Amino acid sequence: MTLREEHGQVTVLPREFPTNRGGLCQKGWTSAELLTHPDRLTTPLLRDPVSGELRPASWDAALDRIVTGLRDTQQRHGRDAVAVFGGGGLTNEKAYALGRFARVTLGTRNIDYNGRFCMSSAAAAGMRAFGVDRGLPFPLSDLGRADTLLLVGANPAETMPPLMRWLTEQRQRGGKLIVVDPRLTATARQADLHLQPLPGTDLAVANALLHIALTAGYVDESYVANRTTGFTAVRRTVAGWWPARAEALSGVPVADLEETARALGTAQRAIILTARGAEQHAKGVDTVTGFVNLALALGLPGRPGSGYGCLTGQGNGQGGREHGQKADQLPGYRKIDDPEARAHVARVWGVSADELPGPGVPAYQLLDSLGTASGPRALLVFGSNPVVSAPRAARIEGRLRDLDLLVVADFLLSETAALADVVLPTAQWAEEDGTMTNLEGRVLRRRALHRPPPGVRTDLQILTTLTTRLKGGAPSYRLAHRKGPLLTTIEHAADGADATDGEHGADPRAVFDELRRASAGGLADYAGISWERIDAADGVFWPCPDEDEADSPRLFADRFATPDGLARFHPVEHRPAAEEVCAEYPLYFTTGRVLAQYQSGNQTRRVGALRRAAPQAFVELHPDLADRLEVTEGEPVRVVSRRGEFHAPARLSAAIRPDTVFAPFHWGGAARANSVTNDAVDPISGMPEFKICAVRVEKAGTS
Amino acid sequence: MTEQIVVVGNGMAGARLAGELYARGEDLKVTVLGAEPHRAYNRIMLSTLLAGKIGESAVELAEVAGRGVDVRTGVTVRAIDRTTRQVRTDDGDTIRYAHLVLATGSRPVVPPLPGLDPRRLPDRVVAFRTLDDCRRIRALADGARRALVLGGGLLGLEAARGLAARGLDVGVVHRVPYLMERQLDPAAGAMLADTLADLGVTAHLAVAPVAVAADAAGVRLELSDGTVLDADLLVLACGVRPDTALAEAAGLAVRRGVLVDDQLRSSDPRISAIGDCAEHGGGPTGLVAPAWAQARVVAQLLTGEDPRARYRARPVVTRLKAAGIDLAAMGDPADGPGEELTFADPARGTYARLRIHDGRLAGAILLGDNPSVGTVIQLFDRGQPVPADRRALLLGRAVGGDVATPAASPALMPDAATVCQCNTVSKGALVSCWRGGARSVDAVVAGTRAGTGCGGCRDAIAGIVDWLSRADPVEVTR
Repeated sequence: MTLREEHGQVTVLPREFPTNRGGLCQKGWTSAELLTHPDRLTTPLLRDPVSGELRPASWDAALDRIVTGLRDTQQRHGRDAVAVFGGGGLTNEKAYALGRFARVTLGTRNIDYNGRFCMSSAAAAGMRAFGVDRGLPFPLSDLGRADTLLLVGANPAETMPPLMRWLTEQRQRGGKLIVVDPRLTATARQADLHLQPLPGTDLAVANALLHIALTAGYVDESYVANRTTGFTAVRRTVAGWWPARAEALSGVPVADLEETARALGTAQRAIILTARGAEQHAKGVDTVTGFVNLALALGLPGRPGSGYGCLTGQGNGQGGREHGQKADQLPGYRKIDDPEARAHVARVWGVSADELPGPGVPAYQLLDSLGTASGPRALLVFGSNPVVSAPRAARIEGRLRDLDLLVVADFLLSETAALADVVLPTAQWAEEDGTMTNLEGRVLRRRALHRPPPGVRTDLQILTTLTTRLKGGAPSYRLAHRKGPLLTTIEHAADGADATDGEHGADPRAVFDELRRASAGGLADYAGISWERIDAADGVFWPCPDEDEADSPRLFADRFATPDGLARFHPVEHRPAAEEVCAEYPLYFTTGRVLAQYQSGNQTRRVGALRRAAPQAFVELHPDLADRLEVTEGEPVRVVSRRGEFHAPARLSAAIRPDTVFAPFHWGGAARANSVTNDAVDPISGMPEFKICAVRVEKAGTS
Repeated sequence: MTEQIVVVGNGMAGARLAGELYARGEDLKVTVLGAEPHRAYNRIMLSTLLAGKIGESAVELAEVAGRGVDVRTGVTVRAIDRTTRQVRTDDGDTIRYAHLVLATGSRPVVPPLPGLDPRRLPDRVVAFRTLDDCRRIRALADGARRALVLGGGLLGLEAARGLAARGLDVGVVHRVPYLMERQLDPAAGAMLADTLADLGVTAHLAVAPVAVAADAAGVRLELSDGTVLDADLLVLACGVRPDTALAEAAGLAVRRGVLVDDQLRSSDPRISAIGDCAEHGGGPTGLVAPAWAQARVVAQLLTGEDPRARYRARPVVTRLKAAGIDLAAMGDPADGPGEELTFADPARGTYARLRIHDGRLAGAILLGDNPSVGTVIQLFDRGQPVPADRRALLLGRAVGGDVATPAASPALMPDAATVCQCNTVSKGALVSCWRGGARSVDAVVAGTRAGTGCGGCRDAIAGIVDWLSRADPVEVTR
């Protein structure tokens, strides 16, 4: 989008860009409101030990409190006693700097981020099949030209409206749109065919589709032979998934499964996309793998105009997962337990590879260990609001309260910030430069319109200032030199120079240049991407190892990013949800988003127009179910699971299955949907099972 | 648990049990003995294989091996010695067991007819049961023109359908006046016969076979009404009988099948039986779902994962789905208390009959294009309450849905109606913008942001602007 500033008033305009084609939803149009919002934090806050309240404080006092707390914690409990929690909305530069800050400055293995709740299942499935994880291995415009497009657990009409322009084009060209979703969503309403499976049965659907592809002769035998490996085991597994078996489990009629397989198998150009609906399960990786297997068997990945992809969920969902915010990862999508990767990154960082910590634990496990005997005792949070967004949120809220020190950097007082000992006011999107990487793997520039308001610092400034204070010198984002021991007891003399040190070490362009070097040779190789090059084109697609060479809008034309260049099939079996319904909790519960709100709602709930459009949480239930519960439209209901409960008004809709209830997760407090969600996680990705658990629904008046 | 588990049978039940044990056990000793020489395969897919659309490799099932699981194929168990707890195989081996599971399946019934010796069927006559049977039928069908199938039940019709798909002219001979009488009513049976006729399958109903004559040139079937049918091959699909020979010889309690309790134990607690060879409650079903549920319970018990695991028979759903045929039958829709729901569209071969009792489905027959079939199966299988609007049981879930239908004319649309969801712009806001001086679609879009999100409402906006430019907006909207 384009920004304009007149008399200090910022307005937002859509920009004609190859991804959104000039489209902008209400969240974009109104985003400038937050820049001058009265709730905006412009001074650090410190919790007063006597009153227990958050009080305005100077930066010096706030930083002192943090540095003292971090040192004390690490001296008493070890390096890993300090943890860092990041976000998928942070720029590439910040995500990178945060990873470096954790590994080098703090020397802790404990860093992870909220993207674990978002993209991790698709990422893991993509990695194990293709050797690389890039949301779409082709430009978004391919969607508009697909003869058949299968969306699994994706509702872009509400979650990324401008993307619908491609779907409109696709259908206008005569293409077929098929949507798999337990709800008749705004997206499903536009589909030619809507498969409405029971939550948690997408994997059975995927295996049955491949079964049909095999029996109907849609499998691309020469592609399977020449470009993949491991098909025999998958073939034998899906032989056990005859369509009627999947039908009984999922409720999707065999005829619809056959029609879907036919539409995919006979199309010239076919694309399969997954999103959170398929991924946020304790079997999320396997579910995505089921659809990847289908795509590979049909010979789609790498075929022009065809392929498999996943839709990202956060502003920088792609870039945020490439440069070291993840517990097991180093910049450039390198693995932290790979000696070569460690050596390379350690060289760029000017440290010895032995000093780099090993892999930490995934987000939920990290959050669930906070304040416990073996877990971290101090936590720094950037760009995330886990009190609202984590599964089994009441438990996580308790863990955060048990910390010795909680530091939250945010520009609004989120539910998580409200629990903090120290809150640091940060800059917003229009106040700092940086880059983001979109779902196409296209690196984009985000330009600062003006400086942050007085009293506010950028995340990068905060990180470098903390580094200065903790280590006695800012990290040089030019070629680094060897740093001193991690926890020096000598007092840093130049505290007064914080601001300048911070700005020097916190120049996002310098950080990006170091990121390029750190990512060089990795899977997500940014070495050939400069800000100037991004500006000159409409973004640059990674991998891009060389400034003089072309970038990579399309992957897999000749080979996959595996050692032998072949894609990998993995046999996957359907299994029940971690928690199935029973007499006491007889209904399935699933969560998602609404159009006018975003993530934990910390920002969008404060925008007037969005609040008017979606003022409060609700519980969507089928009129037949409402009838049995004797609940009427708008009546407050209580949703109860084994882990907790939340309250919201009932919204009756025949768009949902009668055995399933839905609620959006954007609200905190008594309306927090995540109070009931299940914290069972995927064994590979660590993704929690947000999309299915067992609940009962009661009239809020009864007990 | 390192005591030896021996599974007799590597079919749908036995192979599944091996997989269930493998998935649970860390420390297992399991030996699976399969009489057929093939690796585990999906019997359900044999009719597809018969149709010639797939190769044999497509019916292979995942087989576990290693980690203590040993699968031996082509090995027939000859006897069980319960005192020494060992089985003796046809290759002279004896294998000790701590627990024995019989998954011996069933054998096809060969009707007592002159010309049919069950021990040695004529060359052109095949009972359809195993992969080898399927191979023989395929070999006979190559170059053949006409085929006969004896038996108009599920298996017979699947075989007939598969042979017809190969281009053969197929006749099905059935004693009962209508097809699949165990699952269907006469009306559905008749409609199914019509559907099959369109696919090249002729049903000869209410006639019994009286004799078979086969030689190198062909096979001839004489019927009770005097008709004589000639064909190149005859497929027997006259039902199956549990294979209980081993169990009987070992002195286990057997009625039709090996009698088992809720833990699938036979009269000897060290011997279980699952699948087609077992008789639990009502008797064998010949379907896969109960066999797999039984395999799961046995695995839970033998590995100690859930000592309280018990098998509970669930009502079965019969499903026949092939190109041109879509049939689901469950429970008994024709008989019993409650309300009955019916729909018939003979021209399109669609038929539905459902019985609802106490707000739950007691039975259903769905034939032809019934978009509700998935919903109906789930409601029946899970015993869930049926929709208040019963039409949803016939027409699918979307009935009664709040699918937004665009108003016929913008004039009839209320001012508060949201036109642009992405930017929450109402019709009223568009009208105000027009009145404020915006006189084109682009101007109204620029003034209200309507249509700038997904763009899906552009046509609606254009319609409203068009209407405003023709009508007198002030009068119409007030």
